[in-house]
Formats: sequence, structure tokens, C-alpha cells
Amino acid sequence: MSKTSPHALPAEGGLGNEPLLAVDDLHVEFATRAGLVRAVNGVSYSLQAGETLAVLGESGSGKSVTAQAIMGILDMPPARIPKGEVRFNGTDLLRLSEEARTQVRGQRIAMIFQDALSALNPVFTVGWQISEMFRVHRGMGKRDAVKKAVELMDRVRIPGAKQRVNDYPHQFSGGMRQRIMIAMAIALDPEVLIADEPTTALDVTVQAQVMELLAELQRESNMGMILITHDLGVVADVADKIAVMYGGRIVENASVHDIYKAPAHPYTKGLLESIPRVDLKGQDLYAIKGLPPNLLDMPTGCAFHPRCPYRQDNCVTDSPPLYEISGTRNSACHYWREVLDGDQG
Amino acid sequence: MATKGETILEVRDLVKHFPLNQGIMFKKQIGAIKAVDGVSFDLASGETLGVVGESGCGKSTLAKVLMALERPTSGSVKINGRDIAKAKGAELKRMRRNIQMVMQDPYTSLNPRMTVGDIVGEPFDIHTEVAPKGDRTRKVQELLEVVGLNPDHINRYPHQFSGGQRQRIGIARGLALQPEIIVCDEPVSALDVSIQAQVINLLERLQNEFNLAYIFIAHDLSVVRHISDRVAVMYLGKVVELGKDVEIYDKPAHPYSQALLSAVPVPDPEGRDQRERIILQGDPPSPANPPSGCRFRTRCWKAQEICATEEPLLQIRPGTSHESACHFAETHDVVHVN
Repeated sequence: MSKTSPHALPAEGGLGNEPLLAVDDLHVEFATRAGLVRAVNGVSYSLQAGETLAVLGESGSGKSVTAQAIMGILDMPPARIPKGEVRFNGTDLLRLSEEARTQVRGQRIAMIFQDALSALNPVFTVGWQISEMFRVHRGMGKRDAVKKAVELMDRVRIPGAKQRVNDYPHQFSGGMRQRIMIAMAIALDPEVLIADEPTTALDVTVQAQVMELLAELQRESNMGMILITHDLGVVADVADKIAVMYGGRIVENASVHDIYKAPAHPYTKGLLESIPRVDLKGQDLYAIKGLPPNLLDMPTGCAFHPRCPYRQDNCVTDSPPLYEISGTRNSACHYWREVLDGDQG
Repeated sequence: MATKGETILEVRDLVKHFPLNQGIMFKKQIGAIKAVDGVSFDLASGETLGVVGESGCGKSTLAKVLMALERPTSGSVKINGRDIAKAKGAELKRMRRNIQMVMQDPYTSLNPRMTVGDIVGEPFDIHTEVAPKGDRTRKVQELLEVVGLNPDHINRYPHQFSGGQRQRIGIARGLALQPEIIVCDEPVSALDVSIQAQVINLLERLQNEFNLAYIFIAHDLSVVRHISDRVAVMYLGKVVELGKDVEIYDKPAHPYSQALLSAVPVPDPEGRDQRERIILQGDPPSPANPPSGCRFRTRCWKAQEICATEEPLLQIRPGTSHESACHFAETHDVVHVN
């Protein structure tokens, strides 16, 4: 890798066994009028170069807030990070100055968002917006930067890039807009790409195109990718490992094969069982009963206990730690053994 | 009331074009968006017809025309033999009682300033003959109970409910007039995964209880397969394939259906690298100016000259047991949606 960052704060490449990106015991809380919301409660995960980590969870589970904390795009206040580290090549990003942080954000860790139409600026052409990356971060002149933008549009396979570089976002279809977002994100060859629900707003056929593009770009540049989603199908297709979040915590993490074969947390198990299956047509779908927790009024003990079929008395009082099942696998359930064996508690 | 299995909805050659105008003072029609362009199907009582397709294929316009919220450009929508598309005034109002709708977004389809009781009871204000005034509160409470909500919450406002509960309110409103047909336009896509299954189960239970017929519009193909008896695949305003759920999912004959099914991610990582995946290039063409002949030919890998000149009709093709609109239809198992 050859990068010429003037503030080369986080070291380049691997430092021994240190992962590319490591989130360690991260806490994020928001001071709201209704009270303190603990959106992220001690989340840890790590990512190696070339690896895809899927973060799975429902709305309010804290998956996007974690990503925003990594990127440093949380509004503080109301957000606060009372505890935790985000280490990128061994350097804790949370302790960097804003100036040094800017050197990392967008250049070395980039992000694509769910809704491309609202993430792009409607009053500037897409060429201007893509080339802004080069003008701001690389100090390029206007003409060179636009040339680079056309190259990037070609690379994300937007047909007729040269003719379309001066079009505005509204002139593109949803899939093409998402490609423009991807072009902006990969403009400066980031080492980590965070994709927050990149295909949720798209049709399945377009979703397949975009996911294929992302996989290809990842192969070419050996980026690490964090894919935030609630779609169990997309996860099974592309992820190497999975972190399942619920109520601001990671409740299970494992390799993609382990988790689909035998989940070790009742919530993961419930999600997998609620997928419609052909052999069960005509029967009721398995449904996790109840509702996701209210972050202002979290249940005591394990956050999942009001909805859990395995619940015992101690689940109501003791919050389960992230038990280690094997070297690469954890579950935050007191009864993970029973869940893993499939005995209904 | 139709008995089970009897055809209650007959849609024939339904067309809905939206005019494209130019000029401010003297509007001149310069073309039309062909949102729905010749759709025919039947629906039997107690049956579920799933409608799938990409955004812009005309699914939602179809729903609006069926509900008589839009007047069709031509064609007919017969409910129990009477054409709702031509009905007017009191007759239209009476016919609308029989076909109701559940909307996609439970956050915007419920008036935030009305209580749940008012929302669910509003159909009774319009169709006063269904429930006499003194009886309404009891009726609304009954409906809330049927959809699994607490009848005591009748005076609450929508914001006091979760997304799944709001969708239940929308379903209760749809049931109020005891319709035979309910059009569900993406009823679960705005909900969290763990809540979707609850709402699907509710819809299925209500169908059995009240012998409802559903038009179930959705883009989640595995949900459609779970709930549907028959499935229609739409592309650019036309139904390109229509058949029983097993026929469409296990033996799709139209190239577009095959591509659509193969694009669905399978929630099982085993063997993911060996799966066949047909990735369509580009976007669907504009419905204002659809390709000649077969509308899918611009993205189709089987396209020949005949596809540009002759429009393939929706009919049973050799070697298949269900209707498809492709000159070169052949079943091909892409086995994806499990």
C-alpha cells in the first residue's frame, strides 16, 4: 500500500496480531428530553483486511450508532461516548484530534448510506460531488478531479460515465445513485468500508448488482467491510462473520457458517426460524413474541428476557456476560448450551 | 357472499395510462406512462394472489385501480360480476365495501390526530348502514380484539403504538366493513424482521376466519411464497407469468421470473459460491416508452428478432403447465427462495 497522508497517525498495515479495526467495549449514550438513552452498551468487534463482518439487528439495536461512532459522525452532544475504544491499526480514533480524525474519515475509513437520494446533495452534479473527495483530500485541481470522477464512475459501472458526470442525483435511478455513493466511498482507496443497509431501499435485482459490485471492489483492493443490515439473506451471501445486536449489545458473534447451522442465542434462533420455509407452507410462521425493547426503559437482566422462550429466573436479574463458546464464537445467553442443542427451555 | 373457491374478482385487459402533458396554458399530451398495460386475472374467494415485481412495474397502480381509487383507461374490474371501474355514486360506494386495502407504511397511513377508535370506526361513518351509531364502540372494540390489540386502548393515538401494532390498526380498519377482498400493498415491508412474522400470521388467521381473498403485493419473494396460492410476476405494466406458487417458484418459465428468483439472497451460507445467479444488467426501461414487442427483450439473454416485432401473449407454453409471456419459455429451476 502506498499512501501519502501528511498526518500518518494510525500506522500503515498490520501491527503484529492487531486487527485492522477493533471496537472495544464501546458505550454510546444520548441525552434526550425523555432521559438518558444507552444506545450502545459495551460493543466489541474486530475486522481484518479483506474480511466482511455483518452486523445484524433490528431498528434501535444500536448497529448504526456503532458505525457512526467508528466514523466519528455522531452529533456530540446529544451523543456521548463515556467509555470504549475504536482502534484502527492500533490507534484509538476516539482520542485523536478532530484534525487527525478528518485524515482518517473518508480517506481510510469510508461509509455508504442506505438512502442514496438523501445522502447526495441535490443541487450539485454527481461529478462535482465525487470529485470533491479529490479536491478536498488530495488538493487536486478541478479538471483533474473531474477526470478522476469519470474514472470512478466507470469503475462502479455507470454506463456512459463521461456523458453523465454533469447530471444531478435526481436524474439517476436508485441503483445508479447507490453506485455513485459507492464511487465516493472508494474514491480514496479506503482500508475499511462501512455499508449501512446499502441495498435496503433497492429491488432484489438491483440489490444483486450492487452486492456483486461491492464484492468485486473488495476483492480488488482487499478492503475490510462492515455490512450493517437486517436481511438474513444478504448476510448469508456475503459475510465471513456475524455480530448480532439486540438492545445495544452484541448478543451473539460467530462465523457465518456456525450461526446458520446452529444459533447459540435465542434471539438469533428466533430470527432464523421466522424466515418463511417452503416445507412449512400453510403453517404459522414462527414469530418472536412481543416487541423490541424501549431503550428508555430497558428490561432488567437480559434485555431479551421478556420475549425469550428459554427464560429462567436468573435472566430477569442477571445480565448475561458474553460467554465464550469457542475461540471465534460468543453468546450472551445464560442458557446458550440449551439453545445450541435445540432444547426448548 | 361467495362461497369458497368461487370467482369473486375478474380483471380483464386492465389498462391505466397516465398522460404526460407539455405546456402550461394549452396542455398538449405528448405521451403516456403506461403503468398498467393489459392485465387480466381472476381471484377466487378465500384465495391469495401474490403480485411481485420491481418498483415501477405497476403493482401499486394495479392496486389503486382495483380499489377504484384510479379510473382505468380501459378494461374491467368485476367484483361478483359487477364492474367497479364503471360504477358511480351510490353503487360505487356500495361496491367499495367489498374491497378494502391495507397500506404499506403504518406510520403515514394513520392520521396522527385521530384516536384508534376513530380510525377503525371511520368506515362506519361513511357506510352508516353497516353499524348503527350506538353500536359502533362495541364493533370497534371487537375489531381491535380480532387483530390482537387491547380493546381498552380505543382512545389512544397512533404514536402510542409500535409499528407492528399500527399495522394491526390498519388491518382492523380494512376489516371493518367485512369485505370479501383485501388488497395488501407491501403490508410488512416497513416492519422489523421479528415483527413481520406476527403480522403475516395474523393475515393468514383472518383469511381462514372470514374467508377473505387477498391481493398480496410485496417485493419479498419468500413472504409472497409463504402466503400465496397463486403468484403473478409483473414487468413494466404487464403480467409476464402467472401460476400456482409451486409453478412459479420451482418451475419459472419466463426469463424475468428466473432472474428475479435467482437474485433473491438465500438465508443459508452453505454452497453460496456454487449458486447460479442471473444478474440483469441495467435498469428497467421507462414505462413512458417501453420497448416494442416483448418488454423484457432489452435485458433478456434469450432475445431474438421475433421478440422485437411480436409481443408474446400470456398463455400456456409447450412444456409448461402455467401461463407465461415469452416466445422462448422453458422451465428452468433456479431453486433459490427456500
